[in-house]
Amino acid sequence: MPPMIDQAKCRVCGLCMQICPLDVFTKREEKIVVAYPEECWHCRACVIDCPAQAISMRYPLSHMMLHIDLEH
Amino acid sequence: MKLKIEKQSIKTDVLIVGGGIAGMQAAIASAETGTDVLVVEKADTRRSGCGGMGNDHFLCYIPEVHQETLEEAVQGVLKTMEGPWQDLKMLRILLSRSFEMVKKWESYGINMRPTGDWNFEGHTLPGKVRHHLKYAGFNQKPLLTKQALKVGAKIMNKTVIHNLLQDEAGNVIGAVGVSLEDQEPTLVTFEAKAVIITTGNSLRLYPGFNPAYLFNTDDCPANAGAGLAMAYRAGAKLVNIDIPYLHDGPKFFVRSGKATWIGLLSDIDGNNIGPFVDVPTRELGDPTAEIWTGVFQEKLENGTGPIYMNCTRTSEADLQHMRESFISEGDTSINEYLDQYGIDLRKSMVEFGTYECSLAQRGIEIDERAQTSVPGLFAAGICTGNAKGNITNAAVFGQIAGEAASAYARTLNEQNNNLVEQHPLIAQEISYVQQFLDRECGAHWKEANTALQQIMKDYAGVKIRSGNLFRAGKKYLQDLKRYAEKQLMASNGHELMRVLEVMDLIDVAEAVMLCSENRKETRGECHVRSDYTFTNPLLDDKFQTICKVGDHVQLEFRDMEK
Repeated sequence: MPPMIDQAKCRVCGLCMQICPLDVFTKREEKIVVAYPEECWHCRACVIDCPAQAISMRYPLSHMMLHIDLEH
Repeated sequence: MKLKIEKQSIKTDVLIVGGGIAGMQAAIASAETGTDVLVVEKADTRRSGCGGMGNDHFLCYIPEVHQETLEEAVQGVLKTMEGPWQDLKMLRILLSRSFEMVKKWESYGINMRPTGDWNFEGHTLPGKVRHHLKYAGFNQKPLLTKQALKVGAKIMNKTVIHNLLQDEAGNVIGAVGVSLEDQEPTLVTFEAKAVIITTGNSLRLYPGFNPAYLFNTDDCPANAGAGLAMAYRAGAKLVNIDIPYLHDGPKFFVRSGKATWIGLLSDIDGNNIGPFVDVPTRELGDPTAEIWTGVFQEKLENGTGPIYMNCTRTSEADLQHMRESFISEGDTSINEYLDQYGIDLRKSMVEFGTYECSLAQRGIEIDERAQTSVPGLFAAGICTGNAKGNITNAAVFGQIAGEAASAYARTLNEQNNNLVEQHPLIAQEISYVQQFLDRECGAHWKEANTALQQIMKDYAGVKIRSGNLFRAGKKYLQDLKRYAEKQLMASNGHELMRVLEVMDLIDVAEAVMLCSENRKETRGECHVRSDYTFTNPLLDDKFQTICKVGDHVQLEFRDMEK
C-alpha cells in the first residue's frame, strides 16, 4: 500500500482526499482510507501537505531503483 | 448507479479544461482582463498535473544576462533538448515572452532565483550558452492557484470535462462533463464563449517498465489524453502525434527530472560513455542522453549496457545541491527512496533506462494566438503539438491563450442558453455515461487500458513499424473500442473517471495509428519502418496533421514554420 495513514494521528480533515492527483483516498466509516493504492504516483503531495503528519510513503517492490556499487 | 443530472448549465465567458500550469496561467491572464473565467480540474489545482509538486528548470532568455540576440538564443536552444522539431515562429514567441513570465511568477511568490541571481544550469552542451533558469518550484501550484483566485478566476475541482459542445457552424459554445465531488457522479454542462484546453500529456497509452503498475509513469498518470480526444472529436487539428516521445531516468523508479541529476552516464565499470563531460558539475551535467537519445535501449540490447547515472565523481557540494534540486523539481520521492534503502550516491550508481512512449508536446495544433483550427477553441501547454519548451510553454502559451480567449469572448454577443441546455450531444452523453454505471458485472477499466497498451506496443511501437502492423493495429483498436463500450463498468465516480480516460485514450490511439501509417518513411529511432526503410527528404521540414471532417479523417503534411 503506497500511502499509509497513521489512524491515531489522522484528524480526518480530508485534505489528502481533496488534493491527491490520482484520487486514491476515500472516506469509509469516518476514516480516511487508501482505496486505490495501485493508482498512487508517489508524488508525496499527501505526505507533504497533511497537517497532522499522519501519512508516510511505502514504495512498492515493482518500483525498485536498480543500483550497483562502483568498485574502485 | 444512476447518473445525477444538473439541469442548469454553468455559465462563464472563458472555460479552462485542466488546472495545471498552462491552465492556471491562462486563468490568471484571462481574469486580469476582467473576463469571467472558470477552471475545471479533475483533481485539485493545488497539486495537479506534471508540475504539481514542482519543477527546477525554466527555459528563459534574458537579453541583458545572455548578451545575445533573440535569434542567437533561438539557434542555441534548437541545439539542446528542445530540439529542431518545432515551429520556429512559436519558439521565438516563447523566448521573447519567457522573462516576462519569470517576473510574473516571482511576483506570485515563486522563488525564481534561489541563489539571488538569475542562475542558469544544465540542459546544454560544453561551451554553449545556458538558457535554463534554475528555480525552486516546489510550491508553484499552490501559488498559481492563490494568484488565480486573487485576480477573480473561479475554480471547480473534482470535475472531468469529457466533450465540447458546438453550434451548427462549428463554433465551440461550451462543454459537458461529470462532477465527482460526491460518490455518485453528476452530469454538468458549461456554457462558454471560448474554451481553452490545457490537459497536459497523454500517459498510459503505451506500457511502461512494469505493465502491472499502470501509474508508474514519468509525467502525472492522471493526464490521459482527454484534451486531445475531445479536440479531435470536435474537428480540431492534431499535429506531430505520429512519432511518440521517449523520456528516460531511474529504472524502475519512473520519475521525470533527468536533468536534475548531476552525474556521468557510465558503463558498469564506471567508464564514461559520452564525450562531453569528465567531471559533472551543477552548471554542466552530462548531456549525453539528450544528444544520444535511445542510448539506454541500444546499449541494453547490444549487450554493452546497462548504463548508469554515476554521481561518484560529483563534488559533495553539488551532490547536496542535487538533493535540494530534487525538492524543487517535485521529486522528493527520489530523496526519500535513496534514504529508505540506504543508497549512497557517492559509491552507488543508479541504472537509467528509457521510459514508456508518451505524446508530450504532441497534440493539438495552435497558432501564435494559441487558437486551434476550431473557432472558439484554444489550447496551451504540453497537450499542444507544435510548440516546445515544457514549463515555459505552459506559462507563455497559457498566458497567450488566456489573453486571446478573453479578447475573442468580448467579440461575441450573449448566447442563447437553450443552445447549450438543449444541445443534442447532452442526451447522447447521458446515455453514454449511464451505460457504464448501469452494468452490474462487466469489464474493469484496467482490462481495457492494458489491452490498449499491448496493441500500441506491438502495432504502433517504436521497435519496428510497417503498413501491415498498422493495418492490423487499426482493426484491433476498433474491436477494443467496441468491446470496451459494451462491457466496461463503473461502480462509482472514481471508476467512471478511469473508464472515460481509457475510452479517450483509445480515440487518441486511433489518431496516432492513422498518422503513423501515413508517414511512409523511416525517421529517427522511433519511426523505423520495415516497408519504407529510407528517410524521405521531402518530409524533412514538414509536420503531419490529422483532423476529422464529418465522418472522414483528413491527413496532411504541412511546412514547418520558419
